[in-house]
Amino acid sequence: MSEYTLRIRRFDPESGGAAYWDERSLEMGDKRSVLDAILELKDTQDGSIGIRCSCQQGICGSCGVRINGKPGLACNTHLDAAAARAHNGDENVITVEPMGNIPVIRDLIVDMDAVHWKKIRRVTPWLINKEPIPDREYIVPHDNMVDITQPMACIQCGACVSDCLSMEVDPGFIGPAALAKAYRFVGDPRDAEHLERLKDLSEDEHGLYDCTHCFNCVDACPKDVAPMNQIMRLRRIAGDDYHINDRNNGNRHEEAFVTLVRDYGLLHEAELLPRSYGGNSWFGKFHPDAGKELLTSLGTVIKAVLRGKISPKIAIFGHKLPSEDMKSLKQIYKVVDGRESRTELNLYITGYEDEDEIPEHAPHADDPTPLVVPDAGAPEAASSAEEPIEPAGESNESETP
Amino acid sequence: MKVAYWPGCVSRGFTPELHGSMAKVAPLLEIELIELDRASCCGAGVIAEHNQELADTLNARTFALAQRTEGELMMNICSTCQGAQSECQERLDANSDYRDHINSNLIGDGLKYEKGLTNKNFLWLLVEEIGLDALRAKVKRPLTNLKVGPFYGCYIVRPQERIGITEDRPRDRYLQMVIEALGGTVIDYAGVYKCCGFPIVTMNKQASLTMAGRHLGDAIDAEADCLVVPCPLCHLNLDLQQPAAAKVVNRELGMPVLHLPQLVGLALGLEPKDLGMSKHVIRPTSVIDWSTSVVAGAGASAGGW
Repeated sequence: MSEYTLRIRRFDPESGGAAYWDERSLEMGDKRSVLDAILELKDTQDGSIGIRCSCQQGICGSCGVRINGKPGLACNTHLDAAAARAHNGDENVITVEPMGNIPVIRDLIVDMDAVHWKKIRRVTPWLINKEPIPDREYIVPHDNMVDITQPMACIQCGACVSDCLSMEVDPGFIGPAALAKAYRFVGDPRDAEHLERLKDLSEDEHGLYDCTHCFNCVDACPKDVAPMNQIMRLRRIAGDDYHINDRNNGNRHEEAFVTLVRDYGLLHEAELLPRSYGGNSWFGKFHPDAGKELLTSLGTVIKAVLRGKISPKIAIFGHKLPSEDMKSLKQIYKVVDGRESRTELNLYITGYEDEDEIPEHAPHADDPTPLVVPDAGAPEAASSAEEPIEPAGESNESETP
Repeated sequence: MKVAYWPGCVSRGFTPELHGSMAKVAPLLEIELIELDRASCCGAGVIAEHNQELADTLNARTFALAQRTEGELMMNICSTCQGAQSECQERLDANSDYRDHINSNLIGDGLKYEKGLTNKNFLWLLVEEIGLDALRAKVKRPLTNLKVGPFYGCYIVRPQERIGITEDRPRDRYLQMVIEALGGTVIDYAGVYKCCGFPIVTMNKQASLTMAGRHLGDAIDAEADCLVVPCPLCHLNLDLQQPAAAKVVNRELGMPVLHLPQLVGLALGLEPKDLGMSKHVIRPTSVIDWSTSVVAGAGASAGGW
């Protein structure tokens, strides 16, 4: 038993007053949960503290809050662990706030409908059956279903949405939970509309390529869904299998990056920018889109050159590895990019080989490592389409002038 | 100590002052840099987005090159390299079948990655290998009265488990600890652990520069004199793009952003100009005012820039 002080963020819209901190102390076992402490305070000190909860064992996803600055479930966060997170030096003081990026209804209760569920609905979160529908059940390869167990583990608590740094500046962003849900269907071989789903997410300027790769959702998720990893898998399939060029130039940027490292070994920053806008070749910089972007960045570029930050030589020629090493890199690219299917290792599924304990969620950690990504329905577009698929509403300009 | 040194691409491209200042600071800390001049770009997560095996192979090659040197460990000076390489290494170390498979891609080079490389950002090396006491003992010009806001960059603090943040190794407090060891004052502000916005600067410039502008503004509101970053990509968005970010968030900024080796170098007695601080878009005037007014002689030779 220790004494803990909970600083709870309170807000009552009917009072007309601003939000405030409500500090209350209690004695409790170190391994009891933050939710236990809040419910105890409700019972014994102030029945009006608002929090949503149900199962109290990390399954229902109702009690998402921010505890000492980090999002998570109140019911599966121990009091001692929560107190240890505090950077302020106050021992055994635990701040509990409503989740971020979502409007507050009262105290710790946020309006999940206004943000989280709206975004989940945005990605068509149901299976669109392939026709013809079989008389009995669909027969699905085991590996495919194992592959999508990770996004399926989501309990819709909103913790990832709470701390998404892209959503913080761009509330229109579809966000981590909904995009992870989208992968759950893009990876499902029974779904008929992989291409349509990916095009939809790529055409949305707040869609697939709005994620800033900050890993907040990976750390936030109490179920190890790693939404950001699912977003990267969606990008991989959209760009590399379906050749969809998105509205935000995300796929062009990726292609240019990969190509420049193949050709130089190191990143050629001055080429990357224009190619990300204008297309993945040396001529990319002469494309009107690249020109427009360069013009708006001209001030920045000139300043950088004047300060000696960017040397004209580096800007024009880039830097390059010795020719022996370039040969090795080209060979690596040829072998790896030339494979018929991509090789991936998802540690969520395979677990860690040398650990004594295999993660509980590893569905079949005894099986040999499934290295090849299961094929969830090969895109016909990948082999037949000569032209990259452009977002609707954009002119179909060729990549080079 | 000898380290296999991976400077990354951007420190030799658009932020040459980072690579330059590291080279100046290393001898003062008795670090011998064995530069990995044959290694390729880490992929910054973007190559992994295209093909995980390709990113893992390129980094396994870098790791194998590092293991062939006399370095005690591998050191980088870029949060993004640290994060992207840690991610690849986690997969390589977790599974021997996978490691063998990736190593088979390196046969042409005669290289092989052996499990268990130690790869540390300069920040981690400062605290864990050199030690704060030893660092404190080397300070010639304490950063007295300098209010420094730490800015980590996502890749060096998340995911917490992969990055190895534990109670014994609070790597998410190291910047604060280093600033204090150098005699400076730590400024806490909202943006310390947030994203600079750089990864989406070509995809959603508005969102990207809003991120940068807000963190800079928050640091100004918290009365920081400057920020310090262990990541050159953060530096690009926070310094190079700062005038553009100021327009996006519609407020005056003018917040100097120092690379970590520059801050260390200043405290160890190096001159601002030798540390490449004249190359910044936002000139670190606050640091210079401090150097000339608080500590006699410091920064005097750097007059006129």
